[in-house]
Amino acid sequence: MSLASHVVLSLWALAVVLPLVWTLFSSLKDSRSINVSPFALPDVLHWDNYVRAWNSIGVARYLLNTLVVVGSALVLVMILGAMSAYVLARFTFRGNAFVYYLILLGNTFPIFLAVVPLFFVLKNANLLGTYQGLILVYVAYAYPFTVFFLHSFFKTLPQEIYEAAQVDGAGDWRTFFQVMLPMAKPGLASVAIFNFLGLWNQYLLPTVLNPNKDKYVLSQGLYSMASQQGYNVDYGGLFAAVIITIAPVLIMYVIFQRQLQGGVSAGTMK
Amino acid sequence: MTSLTTSKSPTAGGTSSAPRGRRRPLSFERISFFAVFLGLPLALYIYLVVSPIIQAFYYSLTSWSGYDANPAFVGLANYQALIHDDLFWTALRNNAILAVVLPTITIVLALALATLVTVGGSARGQTRGISGGGFYRVVSFFPYAIPAIVTGILWQQVYSPQGGLLNGFLDAIGLHNLKNTPWLGDPNLALGAIIVVIVWSFVGFYMVLFVAAIKGIPAEIYEAARLDGSGRLRTAVQITVPLIRDNVSTAVVYMAILGLDAFTYMAILAPTGGPNNQALVVTQYLYSNFTQAKYGYAIAMGVVLALVTLLVSIGVLVSSRRQQVEL
Repeated sequence: MSLASHVVLSLWALAVVLPLVWTLFSSLKDSRSINVSPFALPDVLHWDNYVRAWNSIGVARYLLNTLVVVGSALVLVMILGAMSAYVLARFTFRGNAFVYYLILLGNTFPIFLAVVPLFFVLKNANLLGTYQGLILVYVAYAYPFTVFFLHSFFKTLPQEIYEAAQVDGAGDWRTFFQVMLPMAKPGLASVAIFNFLGLWNQYLLPTVLNPNKDKYVLSQGLYSMASQQGYNVDYGGLFAAVIITIAPVLIMYVIFQRQLQGGVSAGTMK
Repeated sequence: MTSLTTSKSPTAGGTSSAPRGRRRPLSFERISFFAVFLGLPLALYIYLVVSPIIQAFYYSLTSWSGYDANPAFVGLANYQALIHDDLFWTALRNNAILAVVLPTITIVLALALATLVTVGGSARGQTRGISGGGFYRVVSFFPYAIPAIVTGILWQQVYSPQGGLLNGFLDAIGLHNLKNTPWLGDPNLALGAIIVVIVWSFVGFYMVLFVAAIKGIPAEIYEAARLDGSGRLRTAVQITVPLIRDNVSTAVVYMAILGLDAFTYMAILAPTGGPNNQALVVTQYLYSNFTQAKYGYAIAMGVVLALVTLLVSIGVLVSSRRQQVEL
């Protein structure tokens, strides 16, 4: 039984890893040998593929754009989402439930329903193809998930600590930033990881809202490169670009996998 | 919930049980606090999420081409046109196939792998997990950390008839007549080949999710099943699945929603709908109408697809509630 389990699981692991390893090898071969002998190991290590991918193909610029947009959006949505979740979870006021369900609603409708009108909202605000526009949209679309997840988290924090902070004379702002927010760290970490993966993965929103080539994020840049079918595609450079894109996240994942997998189960059990 | 003392922690569904801040006179601090904490993000959310959704329902009733400030109101004309649009039906059919096939294959595979990791250990003595199960879990999760568009590019190369990994592999194991198969170029194969890619991306994620859920099942239940002579397969189907039904139905909903979208994968693996539109999906068709400035028509498609998505989600969740098992 145990042996059979290992065989099946190993087969799946191979199915996952083989395409990745093959991509890694191919990223070190020249385009001709990629086409002619897909299985041969690289004879000479073509690091020049990486140099081209980074410079002339523009991965460096795409990566910078992605880091600016995803990084800013992530920080903003974590702060704004945590603040709203906190207010909704711990304060009584008229319309609290209404606001909460309004936010949940955004989680229910698929993005492609809103994307065409959204294009014109950004266009009219002169935000098409700008960092600011994309950042704000990312924040707005990651906001419902963030609020939903952290809402349940803030509800479980003990009331005594809140009262103690009030007795000590801390105002609303200080109570949140110095007392409640630090206690929500485990929840914040899980949400941040999911938001990061979600925004890093985003393709539809930048494709529609970011037509400016200089501001392309990685997913757009790689797409435009891979879809130039037929016309002398630089396969070596393409594979190198793929490796540059996926390697940092995979390495981070292997390092932090314990926390991440904990987050997966915590996140979806709610 | 760590506070055992005067625990005022909320119970599910209770509205009044949550701990609340006491009412105090509205100070400047309190007003600024609410404005920044809730007002500001909510304004952004309404501006960029809620208002486009509401506009979508309105513009789907117009012949909007983007430049007219007051597009002509055409009632349900866009929807009527959709009904007579063969391409739309082709796309919707493909989405329906994806929405059924993707959850089925992904979840069966993920459950099987999760079962092997958690209870696939030595058949003698106590039911236990396999040694090195953590390794398989970590590796299987890899594809989830890769952006969809990159997964698409990677598999576009794997499937490539010139020097692709798959055909090279088939050739190497002796299936020489398959070595030139155009996986993404053959109308009969394209959709299936793309399903493989999406399944590949998500099995690991749901496997991790199911492993966590199965670990939450008390070991005594598995012991009892084993002592009663229940085989591994039967235990998995009749004991594990009902006990983690919530996770399974969540997975069904998410994979079905993905099947109704699939835009990113199709953009790279089936540009313009694949061979003979055999892999065209509604989101793709919507996008191509958008790029041709047929905004009203594109939005009407979005509305239909959104309603289908909502119905599917609600349907799955309701049917799962009905079969709820209490532990």
